[in-house]
Amino acid sequence: MVDEAPVLELRGITKRFPGVVANDSVDFDLRRGEVHALLGENGAGKSTLMNVLYGLYHPDEGEVLVKGKPIRLHSPKDAINHGIGMVHQHFMLIPVMTVAENIVLATEPTHAGVLLDYGAANRRVAELSKSFNFAIDPGARVESITVGQQQRVEILKALYRAADILILDEPTAVLTPQEARELFEILKTLTNEGMSVIFITHKLNEVLEVADRITVLRRGKRIDTVDRQGATEQGLARMMVGRDVLLRVDKAAPEVAESLLSVDDLHVVDDRGLEAVRGVSFNVRSGEIVGLAGVDGNGQSELIDAITGLRRVSSGLVTIGERDVTGDNPSSILDRGLGHIPEDRQLRGLVLEFSLAENLALHDFDKPPDSRWGWLFPRQLIRRARDLLKQYDVRGGGPQTRAAALSGGNQQKVVLAREIGREPSVLIAAQPTRGLDVGAIEFVHRRLIEARDNGKAVLLVSLELDEILSLSDRVLVVYEGQIVAEHGPDVSEEQLGIEMTGGGREVAA
Amino acid sequence: MSDLTGETPEAPEPTPEGAIPSVAARLALYQRAGGVITPILTALIAFLIGGLVVYATTGKNPVSTYKAIFKGSGLSWLSPVSVHWHTFYPNGIDWTGWDTNNLTALNLQQTLIIVTPLILTGLAVAFAFRCGLFNIGGNGQYTVGAITAVQFGIWFSGLPGPLHVIIAMIAATLAGAAWGGIAGLLKATTGAHEVITTIMLNWIALWVGSYLVGFNGPLQDPRQISAPVTRPIAQSAHLHVFWGNPLLQGLHVGFFIALAALVVYWILLNRTTLGYEVRAVGFNAEAARYGGISVKRNYFLAMAISGAFAGLAGSIDLLGWQFNLDLTTVQSVQIGFIGIAVALLGRNSAVGILFSALMFGALLNGTSSRNLDPSIFRPELAGNLTRIIQGLVVLFVGADLLILYLWQARKKVRLSQRKGAEQA
Repeated sequence: MVDEAPVLELRGITKRFPGVVANDSVDFDLRRGEVHALLGENGAGKSTLMNVLYGLYHPDEGEVLVKGKPIRLHSPKDAINHGIGMVHQHFMLIPVMTVAENIVLATEPTHAGVLLDYGAANRRVAELSKSFNFAIDPGARVESITVGQQQRVEILKALYRAADILILDEPTAVLTPQEARELFEILKTLTNEGMSVIFITHKLNEVLEVADRITVLRRGKRIDTVDRQGATEQGLARMMVGRDVLLRVDKAAPEVAESLLSVDDLHVVDDRGLEAVRGVSFNVRSGEIVGLAGVDGNGQSELIDAITGLRRVSSGLVTIGERDVTGDNPSSILDRGLGHIPEDRQLRGLVLEFSLAENLALHDFDKPPDSRWGWLFPRQLIRRARDLLKQYDVRGGGPQTRAAALSGGNQQKVVLAREIGREPSVLIAAQPTRGLDVGAIEFVHRRLIEARDNGKAVLLVSLELDEILSLSDRVLVVYEGQIVAEHGPDVSEEQLGIEMTGGGREVAA
Repeated sequence: MSDLTGETPEAPEPTPEGAIPSVAARLALYQRAGGVITPILTALIAFLIGGLVVYATTGKNPVSTYKAIFKGSGLSWLSPVSVHWHTFYPNGIDWTGWDTNNLTALNLQQTLIIVTPLILTGLAVAFAFRCGLFNIGGNGQYTVGAITAVQFGIWFSGLPGPLHVIIAMIAATLAGAAWGGIAGLLKATTGAHEVITTIMLNWIALWVGSYLVGFNGPLQDPRQISAPVTRPIAQSAHLHVFWGNPLLQGLHVGFFIALAALVVYWILLNRTTLGYEVRAVGFNAEAARYGGISVKRNYFLAMAISGAFAGLAGSIDLLGWQFNLDLTTVQSVQIGFIGIAVALLGRNSAVGILFSALMFGALLNGTSSRNLDPSIFRPELAGNLTRIIQGLVVLFVGADLLILYLWQARKKVRLSQRKGAEQA
């Protein structure tokens, strides 16, 4: 089905920002009916390139050709008019509106030019969705459908505007393995219909599964474009990072000792007053990593918050070491030997406007040697920060740099430095590699293993099954606020995927 | 499987991460540059529009109006020209017979007397801002401070001067702190929004004050049944006047207390654990909570400290030049609100607040009826000009981002023009 003539061509695209060349003379072409993956670490220039293509940025040099003709893109509207559609990583949908309303937005069919013609909208969306086998109810409200379905709504939105070139930005980041597989099926249907897809990702296994060709970007430059045939994960990773990368985590057998964290019949209520954690019991022992697998929103956040004292416990017990810490305030729990890498480093983990030195002192600023009698010693903060930043290889700034100025990977290193640097006995890591690139993920994983080997009890909460499987010594599966299964480290991804979504219950199409 | 287990991240791996901070760093630089430029720009635009209003509504020349206001503010005393003038023409050349320099000095003393409480109410707003709170209650806190100061200035009349002053000031500061603290406490315990509660507390302070000093009020001077005014404070509670004639309202030492408060503000924020907590809560309350900081406690403390600054302002005015409190004064306090403009324009920094308080003080004094020549601009209109400028400043500070955006847009246009020229 692949036609040799490119439907889209980017020639010598250069985009400079002050102090950095985000795209350095990048060539890229897309053939009719192919999935062309754009692979690269965060900051490699993938998003910049796609924003150029979608009319959000104007390139400093180079040209964009659609079907052989050079075009000028001034806005996303131009891009849409040229048949380019984009599905962003964060969906641009209005939750309270229906699927059909979201799809026809801005191009609504109307009665007499004023009144929205709901009938026509629903009908057209239903037809469109049927022609691509999407199985989506046009009348359903967006907030009531699954994330995977919302993504399909986004794709339909592009198709509705007659896009034949589809840009997908990290589309699997929010999906379960099953949903991801369904997405890949959809992409096959689309390319069979003659659509062309640009698939942006930093996940190697996906690329090999879905792409026909792969272009790798590194630091703004195109490194190479290769066919899927003959490409290997190891080879692609080398191109991405510029050196050999450890894809599997090497770790010794765990040396498990006494239980350091135990949770007993814990019940926790969420912000809406609903019970989010419903009788969870487990323990984590010294020298092991326990992985908590589950789809987002099944009580993981509430569980962590309850353990760390950030949320009230309705009933049950939390014990760190020998000590009952249930209902204690966060700072005293932290001082009992708990380290907590929060799931959102920008919302919780860091005060972005603070310097790195100040951020690293977040738990200890009120004790000597950071302060005495309420008097803060900034120089002491800086001294400690200098050590920690070196130890944790934080780049892009010194102790006085504002945290906001660092890249995501380096920000996470700062959080890690603080949490592990305090030598806690229990370490809770919630989605520690979310949004990080291969190099940084490798770093975080190694530090977690290291913490385990130093006899800490590590609780790893992650939505990434790869991560759970490669790090954990035991795996717990959480579903609707309960632990529904426990496995050894060799459980299959499929098995977990099924249990995570309610134990073989049919996954909503 | 790779066997590179020994490889450390220190390996020569100039990740793209290295490139990203420099973009962000540049941006930060722009913003820092904007940090000095935008307030100045803001003030300039406010003056410009104020000038247009002057011209459009009265047909007067805005430039000469501003000149007259500047002259009335006495700020020219600081410029070398006026000093030289004084040297070359020791008796002045003013036909009124006044020594020009003395008149200027008098005006500057008046300006600085106004600047003093402005600095403090500016700090009252700024400190709360740093904790993420909007303190609209400067007026109420100021009033409570003034009432307390007058009471303490009347009591303890036997005490030696400095001690009496200190006692009255501490009492007023604590009263202001309590008044602000109520709003903080309500925020911490019930979540009541501080904007609402401080406005309500303003009115409570106003009417309680009116009751206290008004006719037959407990603080009304029994010797003046016909006037709603308190007894004057004891001589020992007066602040020392160090520049000018005490009988002509010379500048009192309260000015130095305000300057010291600026230093205290900076130290409190940057060199104490309390300041660390306040800033953490202000920047990111959720991260602060995660870090083990009690957000509620900081809401209370930040509001109390804010109130303390405003309460101190009230006592300094009272002990420095008012010496008693009358009903009209209680009911027409505006200084807390001007403090909002001072803090906004000063970007909540100690140095910024000093300069913006100077600007607003100069404006207020320069437009007062005593200082503005009616043939140039009618003083009763000029007072409103001050308010217009004050309002515009608040409006524009909200539009900081807009100005920054325009600043960058200009650059973009220049860049594309240059490119266009190259292509042509």
